[in-house]
Amino acid sequence: MRRIINRRPGRGGILFWGALPFLAVAMGYAAASALRLADNPNDKLLPPLSAMIAAVQRVAFTPDARTGDYLMWVDTAASLHRLGLGLGVATALALVIGIGMGLVPYVRAGLSPFVAILSMVPPMAVLPVLFIVFGLDELSKVVLVVVGVTPFLIRDLAMRTAEMPREQLIKAQTLGASTWQIVLRVVLPQMLPRLVDALRLSLGPAWLFLISAEAIAATEGLGYRIFLVRRYMAMDVILPYVAWITLLAFVSDYLLRLFNARCFPWLRAGKGSS
Amino acid sequence: MSNVSVRGLWMEYPNQVVLERVDLEIPSGEFCALVGPSGCGKTTFLRLLLGEERPTRGGIFLDDQPLVAEPGPDRGVVFQRYSVFPHLTALENVILGREFEGSRFLGRLFGARRRAALAEAAAVLEAVGLGAHTHKYPAEMSGGMQQRLAIAQALIRKPKLLLLDEPFGALDAGTKVQMYELLLRLWAEERMTVFMVTHDLKEGFTLGTRVLAFDKVRVDPTDPGAYGATITYNLPLTEKKAVRERLVAAD
Repeated sequence: MRRIINRRPGRGGILFWGALPFLAVAMGYAAASALRLADNPNDKLLPPLSAMIAAVQRVAFTPDARTGDYLMWVDTAASLHRLGLGLGVATALALVIGIGMGLVPYVRAGLSPFVAILSMVPPMAVLPVLFIVFGLDELSKVVLVVVGVTPFLIRDLAMRTAEMPREQLIKAQTLGASTWQIVLRVVLPQMLPRLVDALRLSLGPAWLFLISAEAIAATEGLGYRIFLVRRYMAMDVILPYVAWITLLAFVSDYLLRLFNARCFPWLRAGKGSS
Repeated sequence: MSNVSVRGLWMEYPNQVVLERVDLEIPSGEFCALVGPSGCGKTTFLRLLLGEERPTRGGIFLDDQPLVAEPGPDRGVVFQRYSVFPHLTALENVILGREFEGSRFLGRLFGARRRAALAEAAAVLEAVGLGAHTHKYPAEMSGGMQQRLAIAQALIRKPKLLLLDEPFGALDAGTKVQMYELLLRLWAEERMTVFMVTHDLKEGFTLGTRVLAFDKVRVDPTDPGAYGATITYNLPLTEKKAVRERLVAAD
């Protein structure tokens, strides 16, 4: 009998073992739901799949009786708009400040204690401040995403930049490069894929901040809708919405990974798999 | 011309003297091998030549001008590792020097100037034996190929000084011999002054026209940092230099 650390699943095995937890959860849900519905056909806590499909039909493919909008798409557009704007601003800030801190000793001396402290401020704790300062509409939600994600991106990028081999920077200087040319041709191209990776890691927190802000004050958005229908215990809407948000996050993570693989072929160079 | 003179050089870190009383006159076109035990200031001396650090006292003069205390295009360098840019292909690595020179804001050349730089770079890569690998990334090359690329990259700006910090330390014996031939040929062609740090004494004597041995003359057993190293032997290998010059003249 070989040791278990030396035994590997085949292609089919990988599919099977990967699908197993999903199947287990789905079956567990179906069983629990069936049990509860047998007791009380009007149970709202664990609705059957048919009820969820009907709910999606209602919110996604039938115009709302009051506004005439397709609610789920309006919510999705609103949330993605806020998220995209927040992450875009965060990324741009991180790029400028992070590379500055990593590369220029004076910028590092000036900003690194400040950023270190700032990154420890719990973003949710300043949400009321944001609502007071920026009002209850779009801006405060975007700012919460920015406040929540930027310090992490800055610190990560500053550390990666500072970790660059000293030899590369010296070499660039002996080739006659100015600081600006070093940033543009040596540092930036090598840091962009790192920034994209950091962005992928911060997608989770970004959604967390967005949904929190929407839950408290909004008129549309995925988080707003979930917290609105919670009042009627409408699990048949909440569960598909959660699945939809998960799918959106998963797809954006996948797209960012694809972006790295496509735009930075040197990352995989010499690793054999390309 | 690129003669180097070092006058009354001291290098001190807090609580530690690294180099003391270094005086040196190197005529243009010498190949200096810097040898000595580890931790005796060879690499520090190279970093001073590179302008990466400033001497505490004394100075270094290149053609009687004080050396700018910042790395610049008059001094090329090859390190043991990380000398090439991993995100650029061999060809892009080599034209980078020309791009920095010719395009101040974008650091990129376009059109006819780019084609000229590419042709020049291809010729340099051919000269170091990488003609067949111009579109490879450094990660796809062996250690010896990466060092050839690093040398090609350093040569494109035609530096007066070429500084080598144990450039062949990580290579196997067979590759080393090939690299010696390449380096000596390029040195003869480009007529630059070379400083090479090595801890392989044989390598130093094989390549150099002058061997500079660094060591501590005075040691205080209770305070190892009290005295620094200096150049204990400055050995011009005159015969070898003459032979080489005749060889070059014959070419």
